[in-house]
Amino acid sequence: MYTGRLIRNIRMGIKTLLLHKLRSALTMLGVVFGVGSVIAMLSVGEGASQQALEQIRKLGSTNILIHSTRPTDEQTDGQRRRISIFGLHYDDDLRIRESFPDVLRTVPVKQIPMEGRLGSRSLDLRIVATTSDWFDLVPRRIIAGRTLNASDDDQRRNVVVLTEHGARRLLATASTVGETIRLGGNAFRVVGIIRNEEAVGGAQIPDSRIDAYIPLEVGKERFGDIILRRSAGQTERELVELHSIIVEVRSVDAVERTAEAIERMLSTWHPRGDYEMNVPLALLRQAEEQQRIWNWTLGSVAGISLLVGGIGIMNIMLASVTERTREIGIRRAIGARKRQIVAQFLIETVVLAALGGLIGILLGPLLAVVIREFSGIPTIVPAYAVILSVGISMVVGIVFGLYPAARAANLDPIQALRHE
Amino acid sequence: MTRLLNPPEAEPATSQPAPGAAIELDDVRKVYLMGNERVNALAGVTLRIPRAGYWAIMGPSGSGKSTMLNLLGCLDRPTSGRYLLAGQDVSRLDDDQLSGIRLQKLGFVFQSFNLIAQLSVQENIELPLQYLGWEPGRAKDRAAELASLVGLADRLNHRPRELSGGQQQRVAIARSLANDPEVILADEPTGNLDSVTSRQIMELLTRLHGEGKTIILVTHERDIAAYSRTQLHMKDGLVDSIEGEQ
Repeated sequence: MYTGRLIRNIRMGIKTLLLHKLRSALTMLGVVFGVGSVIAMLSVGEGASQQALEQIRKLGSTNILIHSTRPTDEQTDGQRRRISIFGLHYDDDLRIRESFPDVLRTVPVKQIPMEGRLGSRSLDLRIVATTSDWFDLVPRRIIAGRTLNASDDDQRRNVVVLTEHGARRLLATASTVGETIRLGGNAFRVVGIIRNEEAVGGAQIPDSRIDAYIPLEVGKERFGDIILRRSAGQTERELVELHSIIVEVRSVDAVERTAEAIERMLSTWHPRGDYEMNVPLALLRQAEEQQRIWNWTLGSVAGISLLVGGIGIMNIMLASVTERTREIGIRRAIGARKRQIVAQFLIETVVLAALGGLIGILLGPLLAVVIREFSGIPTIVPAYAVILSVGISMVVGIVFGLYPAARAANLDPIQALRHE
Repeated sequence: MTRLLNPPEAEPATSQPAPGAAIELDDVRKVYLMGNERVNALAGVTLRIPRAGYWAIMGPSGSGKSTMLNLLGCLDRPTSGRYLLAGQDVSRLDDDQLSGIRLQKLGFVFQSFNLIAQLSVQENIELPLQYLGWEPGRAKDRAAELASLVGLADRLNHRPRELSGGQQQRVAIARSLANDPEVILADEPTGNLDSVTSRQIMELLTRLHGEGKTIILVTHERDIAAYSRTQLHMKDGLVDSIEGEQ
């Protein structure tokens, strides 16, 4: 019976609101956009943080990535040297592996730009000479065949693992394993094909789609440490032993500590600073912190629009109370208690706000899609944003409805009845 | 003539005419502060209106008849003195309790009808029943019954503005009857009506009196007051004279 009366009151509220359709719709608009923007903003935040997490996942959160870089003093040198010598050494790899208790293993990587050939087809590849551990630290889906294994390295087999892209261009069919391709004049047998990850939004990931993975020892033996780079008609020679080292740390807790220790050690061996360290975990922390700030900023802006929406409702309800003073007087004379008048007006504002919120919930995800389409920012509508918005719009209705409702209830019935 | 009043469950209350008074005022005073000045709107009124009385309160403006009506209608409290409504002392009740008294024991008829514009005739008549917590289906039946008693059975779904003044006042009377009140207070009920319609409304009220309702009119028109059995004249916040049945 109580719910029956509540339903009747809600129906009555809706009926009253429908008397002024345009006014009610305009009043609602504030909440519609408020809730819509809260959802949209939280979706932008959620999308960005998912993206950050995805990047970190690709890098591996217990990994530390060290890359060789051309030292800055050489880059500013107008007079190019005949040969540039820089970067990580084989010994660095050994030292890192041996001296830190939290380091589980390291993966040394040489990268050599080289043309791959099969018959008349050719493709510029990036040879990645590494150990079989690479595929553990940079896990990728195997499309066909297998990845490199320990015996490939021990027995110095001329084998290569291609990416899906490379295989399609060179082998024509994506799953042909066993073909022999030529890399800079050497014959390599294709033993496997993997699917590489594409870099998203400027993330540094260790692999690329033109990679050709060969055993490290084979790479050293066949291609040496000197790389020729042709650019602008000049031939430039670089001597780099290792282009990168991927370090696997025992646990997430030890990552930052170990990274600092490695940094300290490397800086004594490489005073020129010809290396760069990437700690995905630190990037993650940084990304999260940035995300948190962003969420607050976006959320506040959206929240302010919701606040404005609420004030709009309050304004209209105050006008409505004044307009309906006579009605309030009649109801009070008939015997309505103050709290029944409060309930009546509160129901009206909550219905307005809830309806606005509902439309906002439909608008929000739409807004998120529009943002994604026009700005390329990934957006994901999180369930909590929708639930939060429903709650917020109800609260807005109650908070901003309370004052007008209280004012209505506290009118003196005698004067309210006399009101013209 | 069909009986206008009293749903079956209310029958016992009026079938045996109670000896008690509907209204008893004992030295009731009402003092207003106008700036720094104290205005004695009621300067000590002692009065007894019996059950099933049909009274008209008359007097020039400023005589205190509006204050009297507000007090009798439990819209206001006396500054001092005692007011018994159907035997219950209501002079010291709080706002919620007074609302409850109005809801259960009083019916109002106003000069300007005071129907709620956005509600239909049926919903207007139902209004007191809603606040009394009647179940919707039952309230609807009761509203239909009352509408037919005042001759508006075919207007249940109309809005007030679609009705003539006289019809609106009949809806208001139907509404005032919905809670089967002890007393019906009518404040200038014909003030906005032409003479023909006025007569119809007064005949309706007289019929209600004939069925045992206590009716108190406030009017300044002699020919309207003439419908009542007792005329109370007020002057300067005091009872000046009482004519007719007592």
